Amino acid sequence: MSEQLLSVQGVQVEFKSGSIITKAVNGVSFNLGENESLGIVGESGSGKSVTATSLLRLIPNPPGKITNGKVIFKDKNLLELSNEQIRKIRGNEISMIFQDPSTSLNPVFKVGDQIIESIRTHKNISKKEARKKAIEMLDLVGIPAPEKRINMYPHEFSGGMRQRVMIAIALSCDPKLLIADEPTTALDVTVQAQILNLMKDLQEQLNMSIIMITHDLGVVWETCDKVLVMYAGKVVESGSVKEVYENPLHPYTWGLLDSQITESHDSLSPLATIPGSPPDLSHEIKGCPFADRCPFAQELCYEKAPELKEPIEGHAVACHFQTEEHKLERREDVYFNGTTARS
Amino acid sequence: MEPLLEVKDLKKYFPVANNAPFKKSTQSVKAVDGVNFNVYPGETLGVVGESGCGKSTMARLVNQLIKPTDGVVNFKKENLIGMDSNTLRSTRKKIQMIFQDPYASLDPRIKVEELIAEPLAIHKVGNKESRRARVEELLEIVGLNKRFADRYPHEFSGGQRQRINIARALTLNPELIICDEPVSALDVSVQAQVINLLKKLQDEFNLTYIFISHDLNVVRYMCDRIAVMYLGKIVEVGTYEEIYSNPQHPYTKALFSAVPKESPFEDKERVILKGTVPSPLNPPSGCSFHERCPVAIDMCQSQEPEVVTASNKHQASCHLVN
Repeated sequence: MSEQLLSVQGVQVEFKSGSIITKAVNGVSFNLGENESLGIVGESGSGKSVTATSLLRLIPNPPGKITNGKVIFKDKNLLELSNEQIRKIRGNEISMIFQDPSTSLNPVFKVGDQIIESIRTHKNISKKEARKKAIEMLDLVGIPAPEKRINMYPHEFSGGMRQRVMIAIALSCDPKLLIADEPTTALDVTVQAQILNLMKDLQEQLNMSIIMITHDLGVVWETCDKVLVMYAGKVVESGSVKEVYENPLHPYTWGLLDSQITESHDSLSPLATIPGSPPDLSHEIKGCPFADRCPFAQELCYEKAPELKEPIEGHAVACHFQTEEHKLERREDVYFNGTTARS
Repeated sequence: MEPLLEVKDLKKYFPVANNAPFKKSTQSVKAVDGVNFNVYPGETLGVVGESGCGKSTMARLVNQLIKPTDGVVNFKKENLIGMDSNTLRSTRKKIQMIFQDPYASLDPRIKVEELIAEPLAIHKVGNKESRRARVEELLEIVGLNKRFADRYPHEFSGGQRQRINIARALTLNPELIICDEPVSALDVSVQAQVINLLKKLQDEFNLTYIFISHDLNVVRYMCDRIAVMYLGKIVEVGTYEEIYSNPQHPYTKALFSAVPKESPFEDKERVILKGTVPSPLNPPSGCSFHERCPVAIDMCQSQEPEVVTASNKHQASCHLVN
């Protein structure tokens, strides 16, 4: 077992708009070891990006606010550090790359200057040395002719190349942890394959941990060791990738897995779907947030929110009926008829 | 079988602005460069390719939303290009389109009723009551409550909006629907709902689809035949079984091998392409794929391979295949 790098405990994030308070993240906990990669999956609005941005306290305040929880990174609680202290960690020990490579680079600065800025912010080295390092970084992420490309502006790069530049910036200070928020969603499949390959290679070379946020389970199977399934601001299931794929426990995870189109799916039978849509998080949800869409929901599910438990070691699930003694059976057909327990 | 739609040597060159403001532009982007294909009644033709390969331009050329530079688009044996505008308008009733972004394709200021009935109003079909009845019927067909007719688009989720888009496309009983990335903006579970709906409607109303997508799994599930595009050209066409089990063109092979794994246990062999799609402003000589092709030979640099013709045979535009 690798040494623990990050421990997130019960993080809650709220967004306030007028008198409406939306609980975007409601008690998320997980651990991440050194050199480990964790995938966070969920649909839009499930709180996966908010969770990731809250780790570095990048939630705009107002309207957002981290109301509870701890983020322990190397024995320090990131949520209690002063602004100055957290700035020393951002982009240095923990870096982040974002979904849209065309908006996350500044269009009026040369890419080289943007990499150099990041290096010189954290490292006390001369401009010349920083420039050398920037060229090295561009070379590392597979940009051809880096000495020339360093003097170009972001618009002169394609989407995939820009994402490489973003990765170069993120890795320029040798971070211990890289948070990647949908890094390949805006890219084409062939470029996605290039970037994911690159990230895996660099993880090995530089010995860092990765948190990969995505809605694409394929990307998780491809790159991650562990996976966290989020729904309505909560973790509903977590475990090793192989365990969750082979033996998923939460009915939402079943729905998510079943609605993926796979090669074995013949095109005559309809696809499985999860009926309904995610709950509105601006209202208090009394029971299990998934109860309204769950084919197995019973009275208890509407009254009491389930806690995240570990019926199998290393594999946690938040469902009343998935404990050691009481097991739901995954049925292939359950999501086809489109009915829920209460409808 | 007679094709419903026959496209021959379709081209669209967009002129590029010069540095000199009053000089006529001499350069052009060859967005679609000599495309041939057939679509047969009742089938779904999938069009796949990376961004910038010309898929969406091609879709818009087919129903004349943009005027082609050259080519023939025969819909039921009538050429849409050069048709006078009245005939074109009535012919185009039978060709409808569903767009990618359900947030941008519905006017936020008008009610669902008007949105769906607008095609009827334009073509002066029926009166107020009969239009309302048709709107309610269509809403039920796409699985929405008929009371939704009095609501505005912002009251709906992405999946529901896409259903409204589909209802609007069905208003005039079309025969061909061009779906331009209809599910790319949706979450997986909602995506599955919309795909199921499109399939159901196809059976019910005997629709023909041109289905544009970059998601190869969706295409495989939806389509009977697939056309693979690269830099404004179709490089391979065939039934999905042929293309999935026996891809011929090296680009098709690379594209399919780039699809993420289906399970953590799968061991996938990858063809990782070098570089990115070249600029259509200045396409490479010979075969436009030769710079990135892992198996290119000398001939690829100088000679253009034979183009894919309009038929239902499995064809690839590559020197090493032909």
